[in-house]
Amino acid sequence: MNLSKARQGYNGVVLAVPVTVPYERYSIETAHWWIGKALRALAEGTGISHRDFDGFSVSSFTMGPDSAIALTQHFGLSPRHLDHVPMGGAAGIVSIRRAARAVQAGDADIVACVAADTNQVDTFRKTLANFSRFAQDASYPYGAGGPNASFALIARHYMDAYGATREDFGKLCVAQRDNALKNPHALMKKPLTLDQYLSSKPIAEPFHLFDCVMPCAGAEAFLVLREETAKALDLPFVRLLSAIERHNAFPDDPIQVRGGWVLDRDELYAMAGAKPDDMDFVQTYDDYAVISMMQFEDLGFCKKGEGPDFVRANTFTIDGSMPHNTSGGQLSAGQAGAAGGHLGITEAIRQLLGTAGATQVKEAQLGLVSGFGMINYDRGLASAAAILARA
Amino acid sequence: MSGDILGSLAAALAGGSIKVVDLTHTLSPDFPVIVMPPELGQSAPFRMERISRYDAGGPAWYWNNLSFGEHTGTHFDAPVHWYTGRNLPLNSVDTLPPADMVAPACVIDCTQQTSKDADFLLTVANVTAWEEEYGRIPARSWVLLRTNWSKKSGAAYANLQSDGAHTPGPDAEVMRFLVEERGIIGFGTETIGTDAGQAGHFSPPYPAHHYLHGAGRYGLQCLTNLDQLPATGALILAAPLKIQNGSGSPLRVLALVQERSTG
Amino acid sequence: MTEPLAKPNRKNPLSRTNQPLLPPSARSRKAHGLTLAACVGRFMLQCCGECGRYTYPVREACPNCLSSNLRFMDAATGGTLISETQIEASGDPYYRGHMPWRTGLVRLDCGPSAVVHLHGECGGPGSSLRLSLQLDRAGQAVFFAHPISETPNMEDDPQWRELTADPKDRRVLITDGRSLVAVALARALGKAGAARIFVGVADGWKPFDERQALEAIEGVELVDLDLTSERSVQELAMDIGARVEILVNTADHVRPAHLFEAGAANSAREAMDHTVMGLMRLAQAFGPVMRSRGADGAAGAVAWVNVLSVHGLSSMPQFGVHSAAHAACQSLSQWLRSELRQGGVRVINAFTGPLDTEWFQTVPPPKVAPRMLADAVVDGLRRGLEDIYVGDVARDIEARLFDNPKAVEREAGQ
Repeated sequence: MNLSKARQGYNGVVLAVPVTVPYERYSIETAHWWIGKALRALAEGTGISHRDFDGFSVSSFTMGPDSAIALTQHFGLSPRHLDHVPMGGAAGIVSIRRAARAVQAGDADIVACVAADTNQVDTFRKTLANFSRFAQDASYPYGAGGPNASFALIARHYMDAYGATREDFGKLCVAQRDNALKNPHALMKKPLTLDQYLSSKPIAEPFHLFDCVMPCAGAEAFLVLREETAKALDLPFVRLLSAIERHNAFPDDPIQVRGGWVLDRDELYAMAGAKPDDMDFVQTYDDYAVISMMQFEDLGFCKKGEGPDFVRANTFTIDGSMPHNTSGGQLSAGQAGAAGGHLGITEAIRQLLGTAGATQVKEAQLGLVSGFGMINYDRGLASAAAILARA
Repeated sequence: MSGDILGSLAAALAGGSIKVVDLTHTLSPDFPVIVMPPELGQSAPFRMERISRYDAGGPAWYWNNLSFGEHTGTHFDAPVHWYTGRNLPLNSVDTLPPADMVAPACVIDCTQQTSKDADFLLTVANVTAWEEEYGRIPARSWVLLRTNWSKKSGAAYANLQSDGAHTPGPDAEVMRFLVEERGIIGFGTETIGTDAGQAGHFSPPYPAHHYLHGAGRYGLQCLTNLDQLPATGALILAAPLKIQNGSGSPLRVLALVQERSTG
Repeated sequence: MTEPLAKPNRKNPLSRTNQPLLPPSARSRKAHGLTLAACVGRFMLQCCGECGRYTYPVREACPNCLSSNLRFMDAATGGTLISETQIEASGDPYYRGHMPWRTGLVRLDCGPSAVVHLHGECGGPGSSLRLSLQLDRAGQAVFFAHPISETPNMEDDPQWRELTADPKDRRVLITDGRSLVAVALARALGKAGAARIFVGVADGWKPFDERQALEAIEGVELVDLDLTSERSVQELAMDIGARVEILVNTADHVRPAHLFEAGAANSAREAMDHTVMGLMRLAQAFGPVMRSRGADGAAGAVAWVNVLSVHGLSSMPQFGVHSAAHAACQSLSQWLRSELRQGGVRVINAFTGPLDTEWFQTVPPPKVAPRMLADAVVDGLRRGLEDIYVGDVARDIEARLFDNPKAVEREAGQ
């Protein structure tokens, strides 16, 4: 039974003011401190008071016991569109989708989308230990390896099923490190060779040290608004062409080999009027290289199972054949908790605004950002993607 | 004796010509108690549980709770302990006449026999032989059976076999004789009971209990240091706890013994 | 082949004893359906009462039909390994001390996929496996995957050993050597590889027939232990407390008494003193040191076994005092369990039907032979159970209590 009707386009919806609050490996501050920094940078970038943001969408793992409503009082906001999007790496695109409809309909004019997390010394362990009911009941007690252990199972199976090798994963990691060396905000500042990648210490086979992101503190933020609002404020902007999200797709797959993108990618490209080949860059959600590889497949850059060949056929560097995670991605820039999914969005906005500096892809006109998140038990549940265009 | 007997006694005690012998075993959880068939009621053994020892339960003081049966350790049997004495007046430890708590003792040494025979039984003949040497047993005196059993401990002391305990004691006739014909105030032993280990098979069963308590006399058991007493002349102080309707109690048994000059 | 367990060396007196830690123990309330199964060695998952599908992880509604009628049902124990990993790094202090740790994702024959602990001898992805539910050191239920067929020394697998209380190379204290079951227990534990078997004997001055039989068992050492004496229990703990890795409390005191009899209170006090208070004295003396040694090497302190009467779970009027005493012991064992769990030491209750002793002479069969009890205790230790029901009577009462406890009460003694 098909109850769906054709989706409305995102005509007139734009993104502006990409903000990155530089990451720190550890922070003694709370998530609120980082959110405050991001809001202030958004206000400064916009040239109006943060009190004039009438929409606020926040994502964070570490803002407890507060929810979004508490933050309005904390920061002196009086929004009429308020959203808390606890969806990890999919939160950024989910925020965009909701904010886009709000500004389109006039429920709000300017939505500040903020993701921030702190990383105090024991934050990561505590987040893992309390992540979800299924994780608490059924995965964390098994070695307490966290996402490394869970995705190791998925990676090992992907390798067995499709012939991917550690060298393939390593190629993506090394390329991202090359990109990161051009991003002054990236936490990883030393070059990485494939040999170093291969010989690093094991974490959870097949993963070794450089397969894993480094948890850190930081914030990412941007505005969603109507084109005329952006123009009135004299803000440079990029266009939102299309966006998809899907949760708990393929629940009967005994182990994850694909994400929800497969269900929605045709619509993603149709709304944007584009094909995978048209993309000037791709920002995947790179909690692990195997997941990036899965996104290449599921977003149509290659067929299922061809991820390894696709990796072998491209370079993934900023000036290469398939510019990918141009900021260095989470693997090399750092994973600031829930901000990990926003990292690709702010980088994509900069690329399309032409303000990406040393990481700038030449003449980037069209880019794809993908989000993925929430390993509730044995797999990432949320998948999302958006196509953005230079205005 | 001068008129001031107690003064003389005190001087003799101070001077050491009268010494005080402790006939009591230390009350401890390890000391054997009488064993009854398990379906019958049992005497609680001696137990001590700490209330505090300069700790959270009492920062500056040390004390314990005690629990034990009336017939534990070196103890006293009152007439009410046995059915034969159940209707007598003044038959429990609380009503025991205080004068009866101090009395002379005759000590019959049977160690030669008991060293060879755990089931040795004291007979009238043994008593008669003793009287030939030391004179007739005076009325209202304790008769203490010396067996050296107090020098044993643990399993050897209880000496339980599959057919019951094997420990020395009096036969039935000698108990009747001592109580009825000598009028003793009580009978004391080094073993767990005043009766022999196998006395349940005697007629009447447990004759020491039967005759002593039936006549309002007393028992002392689990005594020690009887080897430090003369055959005659020691004075026994045996004052049980004043327990309402009590059938007996652990107690401290002391003997006053006059040093004999060997010159 | 599993590396056979090396005989534990004597401790280096200069090294600090490894402190016990627990694996992550937070669980949802519903997840304790698995705990219930693991405690008795069953393999159960939620099964939908409407559509019949098994589901996992534990949840509140069937993801297929949204029925909330999800009951824990016995399930097929087979499965196929889909993927595996060897975890080398963890932020969790317990697992940090046990790296590397092998886990896998298994497609259960009954349907769902489950993350499991993997025995070292399990083959790689594609292998068939046998699953069981085990209690981990935190006392929480976890899945463990075994190879289908026996492999050499498989009981020595370090991950498996964390989930069990195998007597091999451990020192045991049997608290009451006069108990009818002491000889059988000592023999069974010796056969299971216990390094030393201390057997407590109260009132050493009272002879007992089994002394010779006990002394003849290799590894047995008789020690003075009177559970009714605080001093005796404390003194033994001072001597050997730090050398006991498994304590088997066989204390019992059966005396028939009628509730309205004048002497019943004395009987009850005696029974309570031997059993409940005895257990409490043991707990006070041996509990702290055992709890502190829960991670003391591959043969650290691991289990406390209480041999209890199944009538402690529902009174048998002819033995009302006995039932009451064992009910109190069962309650005390729960308290003890919560204390010892902090050291990763499990408390196992072996609920037995009437033993074949003189005190149950008037009770009709079936009765429990000492050997049956001993084998059940050793089996429970090796499998890491928490509740063991020994003999037909105990198993009958277990099943009936689960079904309708009031029926058990009404029919007791009829």
